Amino acid sequence: MTSVNDTITPNVIKEEKQYSYLNLGPTHPATHGIFQNVLKMDGEVIVDSQPTIGYIHRAFEKLAERRPYNQITPITDRMNYCSSPINNMGWHMTVEKLLGIQVPKRVEYLRVIIMELARIADHIICNTVIGVDTGAATVYFYGFQQRELIYEIYEEICGARLTTNIGRIGGFERDFSPKAWGKINRFLKEFPVVLKEFEGLLSRNRIFMDRTIGCGGISAERALNYSFSGPNLRAAGVDYDVRVMNPYSSYQDFDFTIPVGKNGDVYDRFMVRNEEMWQSLSIIRQAIEKMPEGPFHGDVPEFYLPPKEEVYNNMEALIYHFKIVMGETEVPKGEVYHCVEGGNGELGFYLTSDGGRTPFRLHLRRPCFIYYQAYPEIIRGTMLSDAILTMSSMNVIAGELDA
Amino acid sequence: MEAAAQEKIIAVINEKFDGAILESSMIKDFFTVVIAKEKIIDVIAHLYHHPDTKFQYLTTLCGIHYPELNQIAMMYQVHNLATNQRLRLKTYLPIENPVIPTLTKVFSAANWLERETYDFFGVIFDGHPNLKRILNVEDMLIFPMRKEYPLEDQTREDKNDLMFGR
Repeated sequence: MTSVNDTITPNVIKEEKQYSYLNLGPTHPATHGIFQNVLKMDGEVIVDSQPTIGYIHRAFEKLAERRPYNQITPITDRMNYCSSPINNMGWHMTVEKLLGIQVPKRVEYLRVIIMELARIADHIICNTVIGVDTGAATVYFYGFQQRELIYEIYEEICGARLTTNIGRIGGFERDFSPKAWGKINRFLKEFPVVLKEFEGLLSRNRIFMDRTIGCGGISAERALNYSFSGPNLRAAGVDYDVRVMNPYSSYQDFDFTIPVGKNGDVYDRFMVRNEEMWQSLSIIRQAIEKMPEGPFHGDVPEFYLPPKEEVYNNMEALIYHFKIVMGETEVPKGEVYHCVEGGNGELGFYLTSDGGRTPFRLHLRRPCFIYYQAYPEIIRGTMLSDAILTMSSMNVIAGELDA
Repeated sequence: MEAAAQEKIIAVINEKFDGAILESSMIKDFFTVVIAKEKIIDVIAHLYHHPDTKFQYLTTLCGIHYPELNQIAMMYQVHNLATNQRLRLKTYLPIENPVIPTLTKVFSAANWLERETYDFFGVIFDGHPNLKRILNVEDMLIFPMRKEYPLEDQTREDKNDLMFGR
């Protein structure tokens, strides 16, 4: 602890005022994750803070240098675990870009549905937790009931709930079952009612507004200088969304708007996320409506596991099966950057391949890691309780922060 | 990126830093420029302020270790949100003395990204306000993302990895 304190501890004896130091975290129930902040406090006002991160660092970039491409997907799950399907899809699309694979339209639409469901799940967590931190625990349970429905949809599609490993390079492992479609339709019917009630409870609530407006704000200029992205940047008034700027996975086919805020404070972030959930619902409906027929995976035998019957009866399929399972498929040399709009912003994969079976270097642009460094600046001069609220409204996910 | 936009970026760089560009090419869909290591930070600052380019959003930066070349590459990606142009800048540093000026004076976001690069590759960012390890423990002695540190303990004898894995 001494090493952390060194950087922010001036000689307190010489100063007229005596500051107190408070360790917020690493394990504190109010921080919703493993974050440590050493706060220099003047009464209840934060004078300075020193964040320490890396408590759950798992060396993903190093791990990825030894793993074949299809085995890296489970690693990406564990970054932003609130919306892991977006990470999975982002990784698949990065590899497809490197290989030059064109996936069928149906795959792209199915991916859009999954990614938007994941975005809703991510925003539910963030917004309901803002409710908890402002003293309204009811909305948390309302929201989590709906999140459970999303997790059941994941379960129906890929068998897992949290760390989904959903989809494959080139498509999906199987088509959505009728049961999965039923669950999606049920969610589309039930969720708008709950979301409306949720908004009714908070967004024009006097107590909630007094608590959140003007709390933890950041200007658009500072937010851009700190490379904010996603809802946090849009709350500050910049309409940057990767889905519109660099459309991937057929996002250009859908009609949706990008909500923007003005002050970049907790209330604006809350409202931007709420509106994004409505937009995501609309995108899912459009995708279901326009859903094209066709195969649920691309024609990439080197990366997509063949059906079991073919493995038993066809020599070529057996070879591919063996090579994929043992991770012996070589990919061409190249260098790509692909980014998707994750739950928290621009989630980028910078991939360098030297032609081997594993990436030569994989750099992950994690939005949380980049914008969390603005946290000390945002909370400087605010109350301790505002700092807690600011952190949950920024939706800092420890897994993504520490990689 | 269209050829006209590429030429404009090259012209803006050449305007002030003639001879700084060592190489420029489209890599897949990304325009990449290799810049001499002494000038790269000044070039990024110039591209930030110049009215024709205005690359004012730092997407990411990272290091890449090339053991055969004995070099560490530094990769910077900048973005102009108004025109939606992206640009990748690269430079190569010798492994014995990987020193480069800091980018924090231009972008606040570079602070932790540079600390991360120092943490994993040992690149020294001259003028950085707080160049300490960020994700690894502070008393770590090595820079773990360098290629000479393999992922698995190489002294293990219970596992024969000759057939699979490199």
